[in-house]
Amino acid sequence: MSFPRVADVVVIGGGAVGAACAFYAARAGLSVVVLEQGAIASGTSSACEGNILVSDKEAGPELSLAQYSQQLWRGELAEFGHLWEFESKGGLVVSARPGTQDNLAKLAQRQRAAGIDVELVPGGELLGLEPHLNPRMAGGAYYPQDAQVQPMLVVAHLLRLARGMGAVVEPHTTVTGFLRRGDAVTGVATSRGSIDAPAVVNAAGTWGGAIADLARVSVPVLPRKGYVMVTEPLPVMVRHKVYAAEYVDNVASSDAGLQTSPVVEGTGGGTILIGSSRERVGFDRSFDPRVLSAMAGKAIGLFPFLAQVKALRGYFGFRPYCPDHLPVIGPDPRAPGLWHACGHEGAGIGLSAGTGALIAASLAGTALGMDATAFAPERFDAHLATESAHV
Amino acid sequence: MSEINGTLNGMPITARAGQTVGAALVAAGITSWRSTAKTSRPRGLFCGIGVCFDCLVTADGVPNQRACAMPMRDGMVLETGMGERPDA
Amino acid sequence: MLEVFDVAVVGAGPAGLAAAVHAADAGLGVALVDAGSQPGGQFWRHPDEAAAAANPDQFREGAGQHDWKRFTDLRTRLNRHRGAGRLVYLPGRQVWLIEPGGHGGAATLRLAPAVDVPGSDAAEPGQVRAAHVILCPGGYDRQLPVPGWDLPGVMAAGGAQALLKGNRTTAGTVAVIGGTGPFLLPVATGLAGAGVKVAAICEANSPTGWLGNLAGAVRAPEKAGEGLAYAAALARHRIPYKVRTAVTEIHGTDRVEAVTISRLSPDGSVLAGTGRRIACDLVALGWGFTAQLELVLAAGAQTAVDADGSLIAVVDNRMASSVPGISVAGEATGVGGAAMAVVEGELAALCVAAGAGAAETARPTAAQPELDRRIARLQRERARLREFALAMHRANPVPARWHGWLAPETLVCRCEEVDYGTLCRAHEELGADDARSLKSFARPGMGWCQGRVCGYATASIAADFASRPVSEADLRAMSKRTLAAPVSLGQLAALEFDDFDDISADKGSQE
Repeated sequence: MSFPRVADVVVIGGGAVGAACAFYAARAGLSVVVLEQGAIASGTSSACEGNILVSDKEAGPELSLAQYSQQLWRGELAEFGHLWEFESKGGLVVSARPGTQDNLAKLAQRQRAAGIDVELVPGGELLGLEPHLNPRMAGGAYYPQDAQVQPMLVVAHLLRLARGMGAVVEPHTTVTGFLRRGDAVTGVATSRGSIDAPAVVNAAGTWGGAIADLARVSVPVLPRKGYVMVTEPLPVMVRHKVYAAEYVDNVASSDAGLQTSPVVEGTGGGTILIGSSRERVGFDRSFDPRVLSAMAGKAIGLFPFLAQVKALRGYFGFRPYCPDHLPVIGPDPRAPGLWHACGHEGAGIGLSAGTGALIAASLAGTALGMDATAFAPERFDAHLATESAHV
Repeated sequence: MSEINGTLNGMPITARAGQTVGAALVAAGITSWRSTAKTSRPRGLFCGIGVCFDCLVTADGVPNQRACAMPMRDGMVLETGMGERPDA
Repeated sequence: MLEVFDVAVVGAGPAGLAAAVHAADAGLGVALVDAGSQPGGQFWRHPDEAAAAANPDQFREGAGQHDWKRFTDLRTRLNRHRGAGRLVYLPGRQVWLIEPGGHGGAATLRLAPAVDVPGSDAAEPGQVRAAHVILCPGGYDRQLPVPGWDLPGVMAAGGAQALLKGNRTTAGTVAVIGGTGPFLLPVATGLAGAGVKVAAICEANSPTGWLGNLAGAVRAPEKAGEGLAYAAALARHRIPYKVRTAVTEIHGTDRVEAVTISRLSPDGSVLAGTGRRIACDLVALGWGFTAQLELVLAAGAQTAVDADGSLIAVVDNRMASSVPGISVAGEATGVGGAAMAVVEGELAALCVAAGAGAAETARPTAAQPELDRRIARLQRERARLREFALAMHRANPVPARWHGWLAPETLVCRCEEVDYGTLCRAHEELGADDARSLKSFARPGMGWCQGRVCGYATASIAADFASRPVSEADLRAMSKRTLAAPVSLGQLAALEFDDFDDISADKGSQE
């Protein structure tokens, strides 16, 4: 088939967010072309855990987007759940110390007020939920809505469904620039030719900042490196996604240095996934055993039996991170015709459904499923201006 | 020639000193001692040199050991069954 | 502070043994790390030395071996160097991580026990640091899936041979041997010599290929002699040698009962109606070799696709990889057999010694010209053997149309039980057009062996889907393993680092 020359919408990025944008835009009746620089699902979507979490989010706009996404995953997308191994395994956040548990209880209260299902678990009852957990935990909170998917299959099947509605997916295609008429974006130039399109969606994830640069607008998306380890397959030893309360602090932290906090969960295949780390080291692709060592130590702290369990492999990905830890979703008034859907940090898989639905509604001019003003792309210009005024 | 003795699921296994667990089992006419996770198919030695992990066995309580690479020792307790898909 | 060796050699097969012994001969301080419990690697795998010494009648050392004296010489020298404290031998350990030194710093090898049953004598593993590393990881049989190859009783050709050489155990009573290449011959004659009836050797290619080369097209007269000896052995054991023939289906319920062998056309497609059933209880398969490349890839060294289609390390004529301080020798630089591996191991060691000598002003300069002469001689010898190996690769290709004997339910990935039909759907429905995408969408290579067995086949299937040749990227996607061997989380947690406190500072500055 020849390379497409026109489309209603060009989506840049063949990861989870791009696939969801393509799916919802195609379903809205738009003709869609997806461009991906490598193979589909070969960026951050292939190097994460496939989280669909509410537990790790403070009440606010990101939690609202997570709730909106939950509605979609469990609602209109539920019929496809088996294709991407949707598993509503539930999350258990545990506190090692009473002080931490007090803070967790306060967080849970705010989340509950925002409509999240959460149940505090006294220390003595944790082993009922997780029999192999370190018995010396002060307490925890259980989040039944936390779920997991196989992220590469989410991408592959959303794109398959989009293709079924007429979308065209072009992997191994690099965007080299934008077609402009004045400030307005009227299409893209690529390594394989240009495409005229009245709407272009930047869903390039960690590379979204570079795409924005090509359009001469600033969207401050930075890479934040995170490792995951996978163990040998075992009989079920961990039932939920279990993580330490300090993870929530690290998610929200802007510290450049290495942070590790234990995240442990079993998978259907019997392997156990072990996270997590966060460090700002650019696109450094070296494999650092010091990070794995720190993660292993903390995971053993949660589940002592893990000391004897073998890691079979490890991998890392680059989470697209914005300074205010919120994604960038919506039309860019600085470049009419350009929409952004990037910067979801470590939550992009879970938030992809809601993001795609918001983008499609915005493209089609229909009512948005939720208030998206907090994700406005131009917010950083004002923010940067205020900051520089203080310098 | 010194003989060494162990058991597989309680059944006596005799080996020559210096044989691996995998060799001792094959010499005893046992060709499989693991079943696969998804379809419960039997597996035993395949690569024979520690690469393929098909010959996993539980040895003295430690799961997922490569029978092809592990020397048989006197009194060794071998068990099949690990590596099966756990019931979620 | 941990001792820094002049050189660490990984692997104690033909290349590694030669490298370690010659490095120690040259006065370097050597650490030799090996997964095996005794030296020899796969080629010189032999019965447990202690058991053999206790009962020499039952375990005649050297029986069924090739070039055994070369091994015993190397072993004697190895032991002499150990006794003199010039060499530390670390058997029973796998390197699970290599951290190249870079900028003249020492490389670190992180070690894990190869076998870890309580009570086994795996000593405290730990780590080895060395100014230079010579990787000699060897290889293993390359496999092409065939219906029924997951049945017990089907083995890698090298596995059937390892049972025989290491344990004096035969894996069956009636064997069919299939695949391509001269390695099928010693497997067949070895089994026959141990009393197994070899019902057929199925060679997918035509013997005019390599027998023609053996006749002298390539300057390796010793190999021609070997060929004649095998021909005589096949006749003596009445082993049928069938060319342009492959095992195209393996039958049985819970173990092998029979195979179907079929004739192949020159492009490797199965000729319809030529299938013939042969009863057997052992099938040994080998389609050339796959080099064990995880440490090469983890070190960040350049790779290439060799004439046989396998991924190999790129080295210069001093066996140096593209990463400073990391050399590679043996099958990992291109499959060429034990004689070539020994040459490469010695060459790698002498070049490291020459480099160390040049750096050290105190070294007697008189030794340098002699070292240079030996290096030049080894380089010529390697070139000659490499030429022969390339001719053999060209004569024994993987059949281009081998995918034709796959059924939708044929397992490709044995660990994750991924069948060919699932891979076809990942391509047709989900758009997977390379090995990495197949792995992402269908999980081949994601299980216990991490793609060591199905890696080549998956890469080849991906290329076939996309109607293009197998690419280096396909092979790398199936060969890259961040952890080169499984390692316990307890051991990971207990790792010690000289510079852990600096982690934020030195990494943060790169942003």
